[in-house]
Amino acid sequence: MIVRLIERAGVFLVSLAISSVLVFAFMAVLPGDPARVALGVNASDEAVAELRRQFGLDRSLPVQYFDWLGGLLHGDLGTSYVSKAAIGPQVFDRLQVTLWLVVAGMIIALVVAAPAGTIMAARHRKVSGLALSALSQVGVAVPAFLAGILLIVVFAVKLGWLPANGWTPPAQDPGMFLKQLVLPALSLGLVQGAVLTRYVRSAVLDVLREDYLRTARAKGLRPFQALWRHGLRNAAVPVVTVLGLQLATLLIGAVVVERVFVIPGLGSLLLDGVSNRDLLLVQDVVMVLVLAVLLVNFVVDVLYAALDPRLRTS
Amino acid sequence: MKVSVRVGVVAAAVVFALTACSAGSGASSGGSSAGGDQKLSIGLVAEPASLDFTTTDGAAIPQALLGNVYETLVKQDADSGKIVPSLAKSWTVSPDRKTYTFDLVADAKFTNDRPFTANDAVFSINRVKTAWTTSLKSAMDVVATAKAVSPTQLQVTLAKPSNDWLFRMTTRIGAMFSETGVSALATTPVGTGPFKFEKWNRGDSIVLDRNDGYWGTKPFFQQITLKYFKDATALNNALLTSTINVIGTVQAPEALSQFTNNAKYQVIEGTTNGEVLLSFNNERPVFKDIRTRQAIRMAIDHKALLDTCWAGRGKLIGSMVPPTDPWYEDLTGVAPYDLTKAKSLLQASGAAGKTLRLRLPTLPYATSCGQVVKSMLEQAGLKVQIDQLEFPAAWLTTVFKNADYDMSIIAHVEPRDLGAVFNAKYYTRYDDPTLQADLAAADAGDEAAQIADMKKAARRLSEQAAGDWLFLLPNLMVADKDVKGLPQNAITENFDLSKLAR
Repeated sequence: MIVRLIERAGVFLVSLAISSVLVFAFMAVLPGDPARVALGVNASDEAVAELRRQFGLDRSLPVQYFDWLGGLLHGDLGTSYVSKAAIGPQVFDRLQVTLWLVVAGMIIALVVAAPAGTIMAARHRKVSGLALSALSQVGVAVPAFLAGILLIVVFAVKLGWLPANGWTPPAQDPGMFLKQLVLPALSLGLVQGAVLTRYVRSAVLDVLREDYLRTARAKGLRPFQALWRHGLRNAAVPVVTVLGLQLATLLIGAVVVERVFVIPGLGSLLLDGVSNRDLLLVQDVVMVLVLAVLLVNFVVDVLYAALDPRLRTS
Repeated sequence: MKVSVRVGVVAAAVVFALTACSAGSGASSGGSSAGGDQKLSIGLVAEPASLDFTTTDGAAIPQALLGNVYETLVKQDADSGKIVPSLAKSWTVSPDRKTYTFDLVADAKFTNDRPFTANDAVFSINRVKTAWTTSLKSAMDVVATAKAVSPTQLQVTLAKPSNDWLFRMTTRIGAMFSETGVSALATTPVGTGPFKFEKWNRGDSIVLDRNDGYWGTKPFFQQITLKYFKDATALNNALLTSTINVIGTVQAPEALSQFTNNAKYQVIEGTTNGEVLLSFNNERPVFKDIRTRQAIRMAIDHKALLDTCWAGRGKLIGSMVPPTDPWYEDLTGVAPYDLTKAKSLLQASGAAGKTLRLRLPTLPYATSCGQVVKSMLEQAGLKVQIDQLEFPAAWLTTVFKNADYDMSIIAHVEPRDLGAVFNAKYYTRYDDPTLQADLAAADAGDEAAQIADMKKAARRLSEQAAGDWLFLLPNLMVADKDVKGLPQNAITENFDLSKLAR
């Protein structure tokens, strides 16, 4: 177990280091001079050169990279080229917003997928199972932003039950916060839930074929009882893995959904940064996202071992 | 953020709506509590990157703050285009047209409780030269000295006569700052305007409160929120669900029908300063021949183009002058649509069959109109290759900075930008001494001479076919039926909120 933990931690750190180089390299080759975009095109070449010097863009790439990395290790994300404000607090503020969205989406996905996938597997030859299966196919095919637009049209514009967009921090007005959270979280969660359903279904199906389950049923348990007592914990192992991988998709989905619902999260910050050539900000936000995804995968790896005793000993 | 690129080209022109006084001056007649504690929310695109327009470029900051939080000595009337008093009650120009004497209002004060005096004006004017970093500051270069004759009298002497200088004083470079209020411009604006800056929720909105100590007519609304949207659909939905009361600038004219057919809303259509220009790289051999340039103008059926790519909203202009400028003339007849003539001109110039590179910024009007231009030019015998360049960064570098293009489409939204756009140093690479002489004469002469010379310049540009003016972007707004005082035209840098009422 300890060896495995160290091994996974090593993979995590190496991935993080490689990602940082890649992120930096992509920013460096992106066309468009940040200083010129910041100053406007009528700016003189001298003014642009001066701003490049202020930004430190006139230094060699390796120097810029290590300077950036050094800052990150000290928790200093630098200063935005465009707003001249410290990036750290902005990213922190926006991250909280996106986390609400992702967590709520994840909960909805699980609430939908766990029972639906189990039923689909347990009744995979019955009409109810097949119907759910078809429904989940539709869900898989719908992108989150489309789901969002449809939800807005129905629940906000036509019925007027919920706001079409906007964001209120929970501390400021919890009621409004929940109202505004419902539709974006649903559009993320339903789509993710549909995808997850497929994995739950196949994991449960696999478990159903296991000998121990047949034994349990032979002892007189009804199918769902057997599944509940002996099967679900085992079915959870592959599902947790997928869940970790899906977090990345969920974060990407959140970027788009934030745009549709006008939510000031990390996604909107990222899009603004790209169009303003606020390269440092983009680098930082992408690194935060990479860190989040790698961290979750690391935790999943560890959980995986905790859930499945066989992995602990091997 | 959208962004911070001014250029006269700026972001989405469409994005830049706004205006000055117009339709409802007088709508908010009364004292400080005209509207009691009523609030209003306006949906806009392009959130500012910072609140400091002295160091950050872009249309969004002056749109929100100029005229509302900061005031200028003189401002432009949105209906007549004339320069009218603001913090200066009146002004006189010396016979040699070099010395301007401004009489200032006596009771204006900043939101930091300091009175506004001629010393603040001198400080603000000089500060443009020393502390501003954006390219706009060069409009102040012509000022030789600014001095305070008395607390309410300011004298500015120019190095040479310049009508343009007084006009530029209506824009952001003419904003009056407090000597003691410039320490934190990016976060805490301090001005003399009818509103005071209350709060900026980054990524979401800017909140302005009525300035109860304002020297002039106090606004109707106690609080106005400017809410920023990236997406046209989200903006429309916000109005449909009453999250906002006004769409300050409509992004997609084809989506207007959902409001025009609904009695709850009013739709306002006026003009802007945004000339959508099909620009030519006049340095390229193919464009050295005037017959090629004229042929392109004649090959484009402008009415059909406007109907197809911008839902018929907008105005055909025929040169680089919007109808709100005093020297506007309808020049659409200079190069009327004539496909046969266009074909023969192209044969004569030898351009027929050549391939031209149309490099488009990723802006809605450019993308949709570019396709129409391509098909019209191909009917006349040219080949057109369309490249999409991401706006702003990629387009700015490739087309604007390096002039690596044959043709492009972009809205030039700066006011009175004919001279700025058509010169040898700009990306149009248009080198024409006759035009420059007309423009110089216009800048130096008196008002009548200025109008006559500017007319000459605009006609020269159209006859020489230095580019093709596809159309003028419309100012399109949608609002709750009972909102009054919305500006019909959007020709100034600011969105005048002080006239709004219910």
